[in-house]
Amino acid sequence: MKATGTKVIIETLIEQGCDTVFGYPGGAVLSIYDELYGHSDRIRHITCAHEQGAAHAADAYSRVTGKVGVVIATSGPGATNLVTGIANAYLDSSPVVAITGNVPLSLLGKDSFQEVDITGITMPVTKHNYIVKDVNELANLIREAFFIAQSGRPGPVLIDVPKDVQTAVCDFEHKKVIKKKRVCSATEEQLLKATELISQSKKPYIYCGGGAVISQAGKEIAKLAERIDSPIGFSMMGLSAVSADNPYWLGMTGMHGRFASTKAHSEADLIIAAGVRFSDRATGNRSKYTQNAKVIHIDIDPAEINKNIETHCSLVGDVGTVVTKLLDKVEKKTNTQWMDAVQKMKDLKEMRSCKDSVMHPEDIIEKVMEYTDASTIVATDVGQHQMWVAQYYRFKKPRTHLTSGGLGAMGFGMGAAIGGCVASGGKRTVLFTGDGSFGMNLIELATAVTYKLPLVILIFNNGVLGMVRQWQHAFFDSRYSHTTLDRKTDFVKLAQAFGASGYRATDIKTLDEALKKAFSTQGPAVIDCVIDKEEKVYPMIPPEGSIDDIITR
Amino acid sequence: MKQGQFILSVLVANHAGVLTRVSGLFSRRNYNIDSLNVAVTEDPLFSRMTIIARGDQAVREQITKQLSKLQDVKKIELLTPEKTVLREHLLIKIKVTKKTRGEIVESVNIFRGRVVDFNIDALTVEVTGESDKLDAFIKFVSQFGILEMCRAGALAVKRGAGNDNKEEE
Ligand SMILES: Cc1ncc(C[n+]2csc(CCOP(=O)(O)OP(=O)(O)O)c2C)c(N)n1
Ligand SMILES: [Mg+2]
Repeated sequence: MKATGTKVIIETLIEQGCDTVFGYPGGAVLSIYDELYGHSDRIRHITCAHEQGAAHAADAYSRVTGKVGVVIATSGPGATNLVTGIANAYLDSSPVVAITGNVPLSLLGKDSFQEVDITGITMPVTKHNYIVKDVNELANLIREAFFIAQSGRPGPVLIDVPKDVQTAVCDFEHKKVIKKKRVCSATEEQLLKATELISQSKKPYIYCGGGAVISQAGKEIAKLAERIDSPIGFSMMGLSAVSADNPYWLGMTGMHGRFASTKAHSEADLIIAAGVRFSDRATGNRSKYTQNAKVIHIDIDPAEINKNIETHCSLVGDVGTVVTKLLDKVEKKTNTQWMDAVQKMKDLKEMRSCKDSVMHPEDIIEKVMEYTDASTIVATDVGQHQMWVAQYYRFKKPRTHLTSGGLGAMGFGMGAAIGGCVASGGKRTVLFTGDGSFGMNLIELATAVTYKLPLVILIFNNGVLGMVRQWQHAFFDSRYSHTTLDRKTDFVKLAQAFGASGYRATDIKTLDEALKKAFSTQGPAVIDCVIDKEEKVYPMIPPEGSIDDIITR
Repeated sequence: MKQGQFILSVLVANHAGVLTRVSGLFSRRNYNIDSLNVAVTEDPLFSRMTIIARGDQAVREQITKQLSKLQDVKKIELLTPEKTVLREHLLIKIKVTKKTRGEIVESVNIFRGRVVDFNIDALTVEVTGESDKLDAFIKFVSQFGILEMCRAGALAVKRGAGNDNKEEE
């Protein structure tokens, strides 16, 4: 059939299995929006309040569904507003396809109105990007974009479509979707080497990352842990890979990891790293990292092997597939001494940082868990509250934890909660945010109200940029330069002004009452949780430090 | 070749922006390019880049792997100096006087260069060869006064009968 560029875009999106897009209209995407108007029964469009929110929503949508998240924005400012969202998807390996409009071909390169070189701008933060100059190539480029976004290590792809390419006409036929394959290029020899390292090890430690979540390898990893009697620790991105109810679960490791998890990580004689990239936040001082341990590295991205940590054995491939192959070879063993030692580490009570505060962050999280279930999507923003959630929230199902890991982008939370909620089919979704982070994208509350999304938004309101302040406390002699916000925002009234419900919680009792209401209202609810600004995230290992430098209170 | 240098021969798609992607990757990952040469191959769909970079084994491995992740990079090969024909190209304008002309022309001949432009007080000379040879030539003629100089990065092909581009298919 004959089709215009915009028709090609819509038809190809549908062909690729996309039924929801996030975006924001504008001059350079008028035709795309006109096409969406006629196809609202086939593609649902969520209009966010800011393109950054839309990009985070698309990212979160893909994290929850495993499908590609799609975001549309206009040229110039629309496109630049996407950049943080795209970078976030890039660093956390989220499959996102961003479609931007641009000025007509004849006006390109002339500093035309709302023209920016968005392919140039996003080159370092996309897996690939295109500017489409011929409508005949459009359909195949979109297909390629979907394929690239999902294949291997997932990531964002941007397609920039000049206005006149959108209206140009070409031939179009639907094609069959190329399904991505589960890859494993680990050789028999490497698998045997890994098996041998495992059988020799007396103190193994499985270190699980975001790759394990993406690959949905929780079952296989739990099996491996049981088979070889090994505790499981997690990078922040990997937290939801295996249920917190698993007896081998130790929780997050690293800079702000739980004590036992970080301690066991440092004392292990074999680290089986599955879908991690050995971020500096997780390894600390890399020269000390492998002092006691050998490393088996499983990852789908060959470039991650030996990038940050020299490994003794590398297994390139999809985590679930590789671990399944390992399970065919690895024999049952027990490490009683080691597991006893790990148990002792767990028994060391983690200390509260701020003894006399009224409502501890961990108590808030515990309380919220009484209202959520295993499949509740939990989003966070960035800061202390993010770390407390990573430490204390017990995730039980993969793809339920939405957080900005690699980029650490304050403002991720609102967009993420929206995308996550939409992806879950409109189920009640929780956002833990901070007063600082919420300030960055709170405008998306308007979006949540419009679409009646049942978000429960808990603001950990300490009145400060807590995480930065904590570093000032630890490393700058408590010189609190510009981290005390001293704002007069009334979040309850603010919520109401947006058409959401708002509550204030000053202690656990008022929190409980607020939660009761928030979890039964329609649409979004904001709970302003007042906490002490002296609360700290402990344990903490200073940057470039090791377990020897751990600060526990 | 200088200490730690290595040669990458990279077959890339021949379209706009590919050079930016490749060079951008180097700067973003904090690697240095000593020289880079690019031109279309006998197949107009592809260009070949010859990149001379520097780094230890770990850096080589990372560069190669990171480059392989670019969609536009079709094939990448780390060339070993012994099995590679490597050529650089030099254009150099040298100050001459009646007295020095003879000695300069003689040196050009020894280095198998060619005089490509001839003036009363300047000679422009073209020399090709490996890096060391060009360095030596430049060093020698610098005593006469170098007016201007322009040097292209290395070109490299593997020795033997194989065709790198064809192997791809
Ligand atoms: C966009 C962005 N700007 C700045 C930072 C640096 N930063 C990291 S945590 C933080 C404080 C966050 O404050 P808040 O949201 O109130 O969370 P809290 O730490 O108080 O829980 C800041 C400013 C960041 N991560 N992202
Ligand atoms: Mg705060």
